[in-house]
Amino acid sequence: MSIVFSKPLSLTDNVLTYCPGCTHGIIHRLVAEAIDDLGVQSQTIGVAPVGCAVFAYNFFAVDMLQAAHGRAPAVATGVKRVHPDKIVFTYQGDGDLASIGMAEIMHAAARGEKITTIFVNNAIYGMTGGQMAPTTLVGQVTTTSPYGRSEELTGKPIRVSEIISQLDGTAYAARVSAHDPKHVMEAKKAIRKAFETQRGGAGFSMVEVLSTCPTNWGMTPIEALKWVATDMVPYYPLGVYKDLSKGAA
Amino acid sequence: MPTLTIQSDLCKGCGLCVDVCPKKVLGFDPSSLNAKGYRPASVLAPDACVACAFCARMCPDCCITVER
Repeated sequence: MSIVFSKPLSLTDNVLTYCPGCTHGIIHRLVAEAIDDLGVQSQTIGVAPVGCAVFAYNFFAVDMLQAAHGRAPAVATGVKRVHPDKIVFTYQGDGDLASIGMAEIMHAAARGEKITTIFVNNAIYGMTGGQMAPTTLVGQVTTTSPYGRSEELTGKPIRVSEIISQLDGTAYAARVSAHDPKHVMEAKKAIRKAFETQRGGAGFSMVEVLSTCPTNWGMTPIEALKWVATDMVPYYPLGVYKDLSKGAA
Repeated sequence: MPTLTIQSDLCKGCGLCVDVCPKKVLGFDPSSLNAKGYRPASVLAPDACVACAFCARMCPDCCITVER
């Protein structure tokens, strides 16, 4: 018997604290698989955000820090500058990265910090109870937009990958999704590519992963995956937005 | 023959593996509950498994091991 699929070494045996069906678990696994594939488990330092993934330091079997809300890229900047030979990544949600942490992520990318950001976009604030995030879709019902997000009142959602890809310091920016096995495999490739880009020293790299929040969306886990495909992907187009790594066109 | 192993104590019964399985190998056994009170996914038709590992790739809690 040979093993076709098992838990990656870079994940601990701790039970994930996420709700049933939350794709955070899938994305954690993809990051851990990328670390395993590159053989850099002992050289990787992660920075956890504030949000549902705040306990990420319990789940990744690598050195981890936990930063103040939104400040993970600033903390990762310091870590990388002190340890330029290490692989440094931040793992941030959309409330953390696209709202309170917008300044930090923009300037980290603009400076071309050689770190990787895994940006988990589920269009809502999960941990605090389902409030409207900057990435909430127009018309989406949340606890702070009970009649659906109003474009007139709050504008349209921010497409972070498109903005980040415009900055000169960014070497790799891609948007992927975790809503079916095909897209999970593509997400894995993109995350691995982002780590390789960092290792090659080309600049800042970010992978935005479209994720679910069945609890706060008020859906079953299966309905939530379908909603990503039918509602989120049309507004947040998938693809590689920038790739300046060696060998890329 | 492919073998699926589910760590039932880690499973939260979200059903993503059940939904994605092309061969309907997985399902819920109405008589089973785990320590946390979730109804874990169970291997109901082991002979139909083709070791595609779609279930393991979609499992958010990393509780499925696939062997062949």
